[in-house]
Amino acid sequence: MTSPLQQKIKITGPSVVTANRTWDGIVIYRDTQQGWTDELADAAIVRTADEARALLAESTADDVDAIGPYIAPVIVRDDGAIEPGNLRERIRRQGVTIDLPIPA
Amino acid sequence: MPLVKKGEIVADAYLHLGDEAEIPENDSALVLAARFLADPEAILNRGHSTGVIWPNNRDLDELVPYLGKLGVVALVFPTFRDGRAYSQARLLRERYGYKGELRATGQVLRDQFVLMVRAGFDAFDVRKDADADAFAATVKRYSVFYQPTGDGRVTALHRRMQARLAANTP
Amino acid sequence: MYAYDEIDRTLVNERVSEFRDQVKRRLSGELTEDEFKMLRLMNGVYLQLHAYMLRVAIPYGTLSAPQLRKMAHVARRYDRGYGHFTTRQNIQFNWIKLADLPDALEDLASVGIHAMQTSGNCVRNVTTDQWAGVAPGEVEDPRIWAELLRQYSTMHPEFTYLPRKFKIAITASDHDRAAIKVHDIGLRLLKNASGETGFEVLVGGGLGRTPFIGKVIKPFVAGRDILSYVESILRVYNQYGRRDNIYKARIKILVHELGIEKFSAEVEEEWQAMRDSALQLDDEIVADIRSRFQYPGYQTLSDTPDELTAASADPQFERWLNNSVAKHQKPGYAIVTLSLKPIGGPPGDATADQMDAIADLADKYSFGEIRVGHEQNLALPNVAKRDLPALWQRLDELGLATPNVNLITDIIACPGLDYCSLANARAIPIAQELTRRFANHELAEMIGRLHINISGCINACGHHHVGHIGILGVEKNNAEFYQITIGGRADEGAVVGTLIGPAVPYDDVANVIEDIVESYLALRARPDELFYQTVERLGVEPFKERVYATR
Repeated sequence: MTSPLQQKIKITGPSVVTANRTWDGIVIYRDTQQGWTDELADAAIVRTADEARALLAESTADDVDAIGPYIAPVIVRDDGAIEPGNLRERIRRQGVTIDLPIPA
Repeated sequence: MPLVKKGEIVADAYLHLGDEAEIPENDSALVLAARFLADPEAILNRGHSTGVIWPNNRDLDELVPYLGKLGVVALVFPTFRDGRAYSQARLLRERYGYKGELRATGQVLRDQFVLMVRAGFDAFDVRKDADADAFAATVKRYSVFYQPTGDGRVTALHRRMQARLAANTP
Repeated sequence: MYAYDEIDRTLVNERVSEFRDQVKRRLSGELTEDEFKMLRLMNGVYLQLHAYMLRVAIPYGTLSAPQLRKMAHVARRYDRGYGHFTTRQNIQFNWIKLADLPDALEDLASVGIHAMQTSGNCVRNVTTDQWAGVAPGEVEDPRIWAELLRQYSTMHPEFTYLPRKFKIAITASDHDRAAIKVHDIGLRLLKNASGETGFEVLVGGGLGRTPFIGKVIKPFVAGRDILSYVESILRVYNQYGRRDNIYKARIKILVHELGIEKFSAEVEEEWQAMRDSALQLDDEIVADIRSRFQYPGYQTLSDTPDELTAASADPQFERWLNNSVAKHQKPGYAIVTLSLKPIGGPPGDATADQMDAIADLADKYSFGEIRVGHEQNLALPNVAKRDLPALWQRLDELGLATPNVNLITDIIACPGLDYCSLANARAIPIAQELTRRFANHELAEMIGRLHINISGCINACGHHHVGHIGILGVEKNNAEFYQITIGGRADEGAVVGTLIGPAVPYDDVANVIEDIVESYLALRARPDELFYQTVERLGVEPFKERVYATR
């Protein structure tokens, strides 16, 4: 398996590092304080490949708290709001697109 | 890396040789398969015990003629996810009757100990110290085994039959 | 039902205790994710988009009422109140916390249920006909052999780290409900000319990126030799299966690359060297396993009870009866399929309340037994025909009597991009929309037997290749597109479907399927010519022309 650190990193716009939290599996984002947050609004935003590589390296170094960190695109609105950049990330952020058998 | 034999951490009596190092006349040595096969007799006739590190993609037929003269066969787990050496181990023990030390090398982790023991390994080059320390407790984790292998443990199917026989005998 | 004895229970408990220790070591950082991943997978634990997912085995699709109640308990206590039945006789819980998993598994172990080897590169849950033991005309109950193989493959010291996952399925009926031709090993139970029980053995079937229909490797292997023969196949595969490329690691690729003749020669050589080993099953051992399958104490009942005659006046009951109730081995009894495909619902999901209610109904009407089939429906296998009207009333109240079994709205779908970290596109909303389009039962009946299978990615968990209509989600320029195949089949005549044209966008899938079905209705030779038969007769061209003419 190629380590994420050895992969070529290409980003096409603002991005975050996301992963799942080890003990419960929920979606988390790397924040600017070298920790993790479950709020996308608090995620560290990177805009260049070098920044992305550095944030990913820092994230991957934490194998205990988080699983499988990777770079994901985001959209930054004019008012600063951050939204997931593709359908997969929207579903991870907002949940399934269907009605659950038991409403949450 | 600690070596575990008979459930205990022991010193390795074998010198691990690379492809270049000179083969010692007065020491037990563990050599790579290709080097061993280049001149097996010379290596075996040194008067000291010889072990061979056998890759997991090499046919055992080449090794079989020498089994009776080897002190160690070391089989390789390049990662713990590559399970070819389990088949080699069982074949060596169960089909070719190899009685010497069968050593697991490579990425040998705690969570594979039970399988390795059942496949016929009796020595373990353990990757982590904590795993080596936990060896004795780990291999006792399971008391039920469904498959017959060369380790001679009674299988669940046969235990049931024995229990049934015992129940029917006054 | 197979009843676990102390020996089986001990093993399951030992496994739970081992996993508890592994989880503890993972949470403390002693185990890296790389080391832990295989261990959790082999205990059924995946990491999906939103959370961990636990896949629990339902060996050969047979559940007791207490076992189903325990599933309901796990759904409520550790998850979000529902579970999802899969295409391989498993149930999945989608929202479990790693820290809770050992407790959930311990609760399941208390009723002899486990998640061992529901994932990982090992021998997976051995599946069979969900009607095993009750289907008319079956050679013998295949679950006895499935149980022998389950025991044989559980924690196998040689075959737990194979090149890739390994799936075995068994059928004992002429009509194959277990899809054995798309399994790594498919076993067809039969009796040879001298009356001896054995198997036709198929190897190398599978779906995924490179679909193959299994090939016969040996026309007859006696029952007593089946474990040694399977071991020979596994050993050849373990040694020679590719490990350099995950997409080429399944046994189907090895069989394809070597050719079936060369592969079978390798297996034969291996088998001759060990067939007389301790793996040989003597009659007493088979009899011992057989004796621990408990069969209901059937009564002698009328095959045409008054209750049934009276209820048949109700057209809704009659429709359900004709659709969801199948013939049983014993006169006076029937096999009832419970559709988990309500119109507009996610295929294969059941709520904890439904599970509890089904368990109660099983106790009341089916000798406490429930079955799970690869089509993601449940069945009550032992219902007295006189009880059918009363059972139907309750099932209808529970939303489990949609009369669509084997019809166009009985859709197989994987969880897709709503849940799965591998998916490229959603599967469930496509299925939901299709069930709404074909919600009219008269229309569905007029169309007749038609299987739509949907997968959200090339891994094909939704078996799209072998759907009469197959729908495969792909990603194109960051959008969901779907490739559509027709003419596939998963049964004894298994065949991989043919692509009919370019992928279509999410919003157009249901329209395209409607066009395909309209084409079929116009093209079929007779009302009883099934969809796949029309495709077989005419090929895909006439469908392609009609569907893509306006696109």
